[in-house]
Amino acid sequence: MECQKCQKRQATLHLTNYINGQKTEIHVCQQCALENGYIDSEDESSYSIQDLLSGLFNFNSSFAPQAEPSQVLEKEDKCSSCNLSYHEFVKTGKFGCSHCYESFGKHLNPIFKRVHSGNMAHTGKIPKRQHDRLQQKRYINDYREQMKQLIDAEKFEEAAVVRDKIKEIEQKHASSIRKEEGE
Amino acid sequence: MSLQTFINKAISPWMQEEGPDHDIVLSTRIRLARNFTNVPFPVRAEAEKLKQVSNWIKEHFDKQSFSSYQELDYISMEGLQSLQKKALVEKHLISPYLVEREKESGVLLSKNEQLSIMINEEDHIRLQLYFPGLQLEAGLEEAFKLDDWLEDKIDYAFDEQRGYLTSCPTNVGTGLRASVMMHLPALTLTRKIGKMIPAINQLGLVVRGIYGEGSEAVGNIYQISNQVTLGRSESDIIEDLHSVVEKLIERERYARKVLVEQSELRLEDRVFRSYGVLKYSRIIESKEAAKCLSDLRLGIDVGYIKHLSTSILNELMVLTQPAFLQQYAQQALTAQQRDIKRATIIRERLGLEKS
Ligand SMILES: [Zn+2]
Ligand SMILES: [Zn+2]
Repeated sequence: MECQKCQKRQATLHLTNYINGQKTEIHVCQQCALENGYIDSEDESSYSIQDLLSGLFNFNSSFAPQAEPSQVLEKEDKCSSCNLSYHEFVKTGKFGCSHCYESFGKHLNPIFKRVHSGNMAHTGKIPKRQHDRLQQKRYINDYREQMKQLIDAEKFEEAAVVRDKIKEIEQKHASSIRKEEGE
Repeated sequence: MSLQTFINKAISPWMQEEGPDHDIVLSTRIRLARNFTNVPFPVRAEAEKLKQVSNWIKEHFDKQSFSSYQELDYISMEGLQSLQKKALVEKHLISPYLVEREKESGVLLSKNEQLSIMINEEDHIRLQLYFPGLQLEAGLEEAFKLDDWLEDKIDYAFDEQRGYLTSCPTNVGTGLRASVMMHLPALTLTRKIGKMIPAINQLGLVVRGIYGEGSEAVGNIYQISNQVTLGRSESDIIEDLHSVVEKLIERERYARKVLVEQSELRLEDRVFRSYGVLKYSRIIESKEAAKCLSDLRLGIDVGYIKHLSTSILNELMVLTQPAFLQQYAQQALTAQQRDIKRATIIRERLGLEKS
């Protein structure tokens, strides 16, 4: 297959891209892919994030007039920690710090969806030292949900049992924090 | 320096081993991207902050050993000459981007060169492990152990919902990029690969040619890697990649068999012509060398050539890259001088094989 851009070299990259909700397939050689920003030179297997982001702008303006005002991209949004503006993030395609994820939180789901085949939440490895705490948090969330349902069903005695379980986990957690700090 | 000594220095020990499915899979790489919490990412951090990162790494991990990865050595980019840096890039131990960054960037390298941890690249930490042949599962297991070992001393930037936080949104979540380097001459010759690639892309995997100036798959060497890092577990990602690679291996083997059966003398002729070019030419461009090396390796794999070792392709693909040629010559070379040196090194390397 020959490259769609230069029509000279062989196409070695075969990318699917979504622009304005339309799926397009691009077959290009690596050189053209680099020149057109479909891939980063430093990270071999990603398409250009700038491309995806600019595609997103088109998507928002032409296909989502019903979007709530709060979801319209405000270019002046800044990260409270590293001061990177949302506009700069879109331009460079790189976050400035880990807090950017929170600062630009409301804009990120569509981006992640687009880059990661519709996925938005992590399901893989958890850092070892954070593992127990996160696991406890997951339990507590489950119990809270259970407690709410029991209260709604007016099963107050059972709800109290669940509440005690939550307390127990929280106390254990608090004492383990004191122990860590005491070290 | 004799060529053998130079090869021993230039070729990482793991590259000379034969891994699973080594007739087609040259190597497996597992990469994890990680960052320190509360330090801005390298693109945005001040030099002072990045220095804290590199100092922390030096202090806690320089000269340390973990499992079979002995004597980690911290190499600062600022301390290297440009040819040395290029040679590390040609060995795939560091990225061109790390070289560009310079500011407080470096690499922690194990003695066997199987583990390289780039510091202050696009992310604070880019841990990479290489394995000969196809070893995705074992590779991931090793990478996790190393990741845990680093995490004992480092507070990672991690978010419950988004996972490991990275500078580029394309790496967030697992931070995992698993890639497999494959030699697919028969699928390329029969033009089957072009049809398979779009289907592979549908699975969230990327296929690209490597080596050369970035156009086609020079030397018929392709890299298959995952693109999605968020919303799938590491083992699921690896599993998908593994099954695609297995399919490719199966097809490549079949295509080779059909080629041998149907092409009668033509394939054999092609292989031996390439062998002749490598053995006798005095001037050879990198592209021609890569094509001939691919033919030669195919000839070894299908049994036309019996007295040469299979590691010849991997070795010579590295040795004939510009920085290595110049290191071997111990001087800067023009493009024309490189073509001469390349031909010499190939002739010498073939001469090391007993005939
Ligand atoms: Zn092109
Ligand atoms: Zn920030």
